[in-house]
Amino acid sequence: MSVLVYVEQVDGKFKKSVFEAVSYAKAIADKQSANLTAISIGNVGESELKELGKYGASKVLNVSNDQLKNFVNQAYAAVIAEAAKKEKSDVIVLSNSFSGKGLAPRVAVKLEAGLVDGAVELPQLDGGKFQVKKTAFSGKAFAIIELTSAIKVIALNPNAFGTKENATDTTIEAFNPEVKSTDLAAIVKEVIRATNKISLPDAELVVSAGRGLKGPENWGMIEELASLLGAATACSKPVSDADWRPHEEHVGQTGIAISPNLYIAIGISGAIQHLAGVSSSKVIVVINKDPEAPFFKVADYGIVGDAFEVVPKLIEALKAHKG
Amino acid sequence: MKILVCISNVPDTTTKITFTNDNTQFNTSGVQFIVNPYDEIALSRAIELCEGGKGTVTVINVGEVATEPTIRKALAIGADDAVRINAAPRDAYFTAYQIAEYAKSNDFDIILCGRESIDYNGSQVAAMIGEFLDIPSISIIKKLDYDGSTATIEREIEGGKEIISVSGKFIASCAEGTAEPKIPNMRGIMSARTKPLQVVEAKEIAQLSKVQQFETPPPRGAVKLVPAEDPAKLIDLLHQEAKVI
Repeated sequence: MSVLVYVEQVDGKFKKSVFEAVSYAKAIADKQSANLTAISIGNVGESELKELGKYGASKVLNVSNDQLKNFVNQAYAAVIAEAAKKEKSDVIVLSNSFSGKGLAPRVAVKLEAGLVDGAVELPQLDGGKFQVKKTAFSGKAFAIIELTSAIKVIALNPNAFGTKENATDTTIEAFNPEVKSTDLAAIVKEVIRATNKISLPDAELVVSAGRGLKGPENWGMIEELASLLGAATACSKPVSDADWRPHEEHVGQTGIAISPNLYIAIGISGAIQHLAGVSSSKVIVVINKDPEAPFFKVADYGIVGDAFEVVPKLIEALKAHKG
Repeated sequence: MKILVCISNVPDTTTKITFTNDNTQFNTSGVQFIVNPYDEIALSRAIELCEGGKGTVTVINVGEVATEPTIRKALAIGADDAVRINAAPRDAYFTAYQIAEYAKSNDFDIILCGRESIDYNGSQVAAMIGEFLDIPSISIIKKLDYDGSTATIEREIEGGKEIISVSGKFIASCAEGTAEPKIPNMRGIMSARTKPLQVVEAKEIAQLSKVQQFETPPPRGAVKLVPAEDPAKLIDLLHQEAKVI
């Protein structure tokens, strides 16, 4: 038995969600008395690879190949499947990131493996069954999925498990399976990163605003609050529909579903579709001048007040708190 | 150019989600079903790419006869014809296999679908079809241009975007931004009744996963209100009590 975890790199570095996936995979490996191997694809330095040992990976397969410098899911899936065969892995873990969502299904088909994406808990292994809980109906429910295949693939939701240090001696092994040219048919021409922006799906803190802000010119205070907190910014659907904010900031049932530690909703009434995508947030704060806004029913903390008066005061209070 | 658009039949976004049979089945009683909103975006982009006689759009759904009103809605939006694979979808693997098998024997240049379904929130079908057909799959795209042989695609990544070029057949899953969803007009609704809807029987494939049970999230506690004049109190609570800042 062996567990394999794919560790996604960004410009040669691992993000927190990777250490979370390794921590999760290590917990599964421990449950099965199995070894944990990580596979890294792209050009990652040895000291960064060694970091994976802190979270329990006892071996790292390092695929360093210029053809695979950019993410191409067809080729990456082939490499991961080869690694799974080499390591005789029966469980493969990935992050349910944008890339993971394109990758996990291809790995699953290659290995004829059942797949649970959007996993939020460790598998339950009672009575010989292998069951994984995942989000469903955009956060309005959870589904317990039983995987009946010999090999299982799990894509873990960001912020669902947390990181757990588990220092282990790590060996790094070069792994260079052949890459078929047909697997490289999709060519990445350009990668554009907004370096000063916190990625919304991974964010632990999110400040979000809605139509109550009255117009895009009023987002300065939202960005300032987010910046002080080290939070990502988000918005409701009407706001992105009106082009006040970009589509990739839209959270909710037809936008991005998120589960940060803190979600601050400002001037958002809380339509059922919006709540669906944010209700798994650990702590919800709502600021709205309408005391009857449905969002207050799911909030942990609330302020009934006008955003244009409350948010500047909140910014001042936060500055004072940070000293 | 021939485009195949995969559509899923999902509960309306306003649906209150409940379950029956000891929480093992979704309660469909009184639920309105719709074209999955992301699939509508994919369909709209497909129709735009084929405007002016540049091609045809076929929609495909894996579902039993009850999904036909949803398929007719897609035809009313502007698809030329439709296919229904006659089976209750078991999981994404089953659905993707059926669509891939149909696509193998019918020559499509592009296959599009939504980034995920809003019921099981799976974003699996597109990439699985790609793997079954051994063609590139590009997930969660925001823009798609096509010159008749090469597509230029913008894909969302954490904290940015990628521009991808792909020649030959491919499948992509569409997110918001790829197109504005189209609303059917009266002419579309009338013509949808007479557009071809082919029914194809499903093929057998091993079942690799099954839903055992559903759960609803535990109710949250009552909101703790902080006076609007004293936001510092909120900062204290988030720091001391909730320990999130």
